[in-house]
Amino acid sequence: MTDTIAHAQILDTELERPRLTGQLAETWKTESGLWGALSTVDHKIIGRRYITTAFVFLLLGGVLAILMRLQLAGPEQRLIGPDRYNQIFTIHGANMMFLFAVPVMEAMGVYLVPLMVGTRNIAFPRLNAFSYWMFLAGGLVLWISFALDMGPDVGWFAYVPLSGPQYAPGKRADIWAQMITFTEVAALAVAVEIVVTVFKQRAPGMSLDRIPLFVWAMLVTSFVVIMAMPAIMVASTSLILDRLVGTHFFNPAEGGDVLLWQHLFWFFGHPEVYIIFIPAVGMVSTLVATFSRRPVYGYLALVVALIGTGILAFGLWVHHMFTTGLPRLGESFFTAPSMAIAIPSGVQIFCWIATLWEGRPVFKTPLLFVIGFIVTFVIGGLTGVMVASVPFDTQVHDTYFVVAHFHYVLIGGAVFPLLGAVYYWFPKFTGRMMSERLGRWAFGLIFIGFHATFFPMHILGLEGMPRRVYTYQPDLPWHGLNLFASASAVVLAAGFLVFFIDVVMSARSGNLAGDNPWDAPTLEWATSSPPPAYNFAHMPVVSGAHPLWEQPGALNVADGLHTDRREVLVTAITTAAPQARESSPQNSIWPLLTAIATSIMLIWSIFSPWAVVWGSIPIAITLIGWFWPKGTPEDEA
Amino acid sequence: MKERVVLDLSKLPLHGLGPASVTWWGTLGFMLIEGTGFALVIAVYLYLMSLAPVWPLNAQPPDVLAGTLMTVVLAASVIPNIMLSRWAEHQDLRKVRIGMVVMSALGIVPLIIRVFEFAALNVKWDTNAYGSVVWTLLGLHTTHIVTDLIDTLVLTALMFSRHGDNLRRYGDVQDNAMYWNFVVAAWLPIYGCIYWLARI
Repeated sequence: MTDTIAHAQILDTELERPRLTGQLAETWKTESGLWGALSTVDHKIIGRRYITTAFVFLLLGGVLAILMRLQLAGPEQRLIGPDRYNQIFTIHGANMMFLFAVPVMEAMGVYLVPLMVGTRNIAFPRLNAFSYWMFLAGGLVLWISFALDMGPDVGWFAYVPLSGPQYAPGKRADIWAQMITFTEVAALAVAVEIVVTVFKQRAPGMSLDRIPLFVWAMLVTSFVVIMAMPAIMVASTSLILDRLVGTHFFNPAEGGDVLLWQHLFWFFGHPEVYIIFIPAVGMVSTLVATFSRRPVYGYLALVVALIGTGILAFGLWVHHMFTTGLPRLGESFFTAPSMAIAIPSGVQIFCWIATLWEGRPVFKTPLLFVIGFIVTFVIGGLTGVMVASVPFDTQVHDTYFVVAHFHYVLIGGAVFPLLGAVYYWFPKFTGRMMSERLGRWAFGLIFIGFHATFFPMHILGLEGMPRRVYTYQPDLPWHGLNLFASASAVVLAAGFLVFFIDVVMSARSGNLAGDNPWDAPTLEWATSSPPPAYNFAHMPVVSGAHPLWEQPGALNVADGLHTDRREVLVTAITTAAPQARESSPQNSIWPLLTAIATSIMLIWSIFSPWAVVWGSIPIAITLIGWFWPKGTPEDEA
Repeated sequence: MKERVVLDLSKLPLHGLGPASVTWWGTLGFMLIEGTGFALVIAVYLYLMSLAPVWPLNAQPPDVLAGTLMTVVLAASVIPNIMLSRWAEHQDLRKVRIGMVVMSALGIVPLIIRVFEFAALNVKWDTNAYGSVVWTLLGLHTTHIVTDLIDTLVLTALMFSRHGDNLRRYGDVQDNAMYWNFVVAAWLPIYGCIYWLARI
């Protein structure tokens, strides 16, 4: 701690260009070396780290998927035993949802939203660093426990009573529940950051109708996270309480109820699907506009569709529970929104088709993934409308039909746009282009491999093959299609391998990208690739939704910010009129220390309730270290 | 890219208060998260209540004295809290310091009453599902009082330090006051739930 309190003194108007950028680079820099890496609060570094880590989890989860397909390739295989298989499908699902899909979408927001709204860092950058460390710790908890043969084995939705104290002795179910806590804390933190960044740090002039659609999508997603994730935290906490201190939330013998678990889980779990899907459609809207060479058709309709999807997402959860014997009227009530949510999706698809139709589409790899998305997602959406119907759902519930359906909507609806988005924004992340040739190979293999793997599962489901069986008997008619699906899974995996090779090779030696290789219209392309630590030398000022198309080669900017403290601009929520010059925190090691303290408390609390008492003391100490002013210009007004 | 300066920001304040502050919005965001959490636990209470043949399950309803006293104290604490927020708005350091000390004390008093509330529930968390949910409701609210109290104590120390007399810190005081109002407001439905629904 310094004895004096420093104040910001130098305005950017006083500096010529080279000195300005030099001074900004010094103010906003991340030190090199380990200390710098552990203490950085740069949203780009954290975002890149977040995305990379999430893709590592995708890779690991993919390995589990391949193991399951090998096991199911023929009847009565002995590659994996039933206990290991239970762990594998549980960890595959939990990993893909909680450690890959949600984090990777939020991470894209962490990297891109501040750039797209024209600010220098995300709101609450230290919280952002904390979020990453919590996410990483949650992932390590899950995978290390799996390596120790104590991985969760109760399915990714961990239904009671199977996951309760009576049927799941040991700590496997607790690992699942606490992994939830880690990842939800991380996700909720990012959600608040994104909401506040979008509300308060938009470039002057970026009124509500000029916000890029991906940013709108991340805003809606963040609200869905904020409203949905507390449900799973309530659920997983009550599960741990039932298991650790003998509460009876889910114990019917003492007035509890097992279906209460399903209500809580799916009140989170269905919006979860849209937490993954809404960012993906935001990506699609962005890519479709750039590669059609025209503004997207129906901006207002698309925004309303995003918000409508976010609201309807909360009215669907019971359709996961159609076979639990709920009242018929209640089921019908939930069928209605389950089908109605197809409407905003349909609106978006027609808007994208109209944009492509009216534009001059350039079929680069990102657009190929968008086309693959539209085809695949429509099929997944159609089977979704099918299972929204109670009689049909009763027939195919817990069969491979459902497995096929949700892989169509999740991989088709979210992973395809995500891969397109990686090809699209990779030049911004790294300064280098990915290979168009490898990209086409990756797309082709993934698209064909995906459909060949998962389409037969619809039929297997209709033929009665249940989910989550580790093997099946030779006299059942499932062998041929299973073998075909397994062989196709190898093609799908090969596609991902090509993608990963392309990423690694391009990051090292891809063609240099320049600021705006796709001639795209939004602000992230108005700065260099990769962007400097301070993102923009001057704050951009916008007068339309497509600033780089409306004024090619030129950018309106504002000056008058300090260069010797980290300073961002706060603007009004609707009009984006400037309100204040606000400081943005410096790098700090405290978020990491807080995350370590929190991790110790959470893991300890699997074993003893007193962990919550004693483990909270180090958390409080690290939080005080985090927030106590250090006398820097950022700490003063 | 050619830059053209069209706007001068050099006259803007170096920190915004209220809706012009990012922390104000961040606090609202966390209030929304925690408010959803409270609403969900209350929903769990109502759900279990709707299933139970009798309510409360095998227990006497909680004694209302401690809980009602809690409600009165919390409601009364809102008045100095709002005054403190006003003083912070006017950047009156002396009054803010007094107000922070008062609010620290008003954070400790409910914790003492809370001990008696747990005793007055007439049921243990592991007796039955009713006991589990009332202990969880009360426990969840207690964690909010504890965290706000720690926050208030640290901020009080800060206001007496050389970092105190600063627009940013006055903003922190206002945000902290807003959060306390939330802790009080969240208590009202919980109070009604624990003490009065059990008597219907």
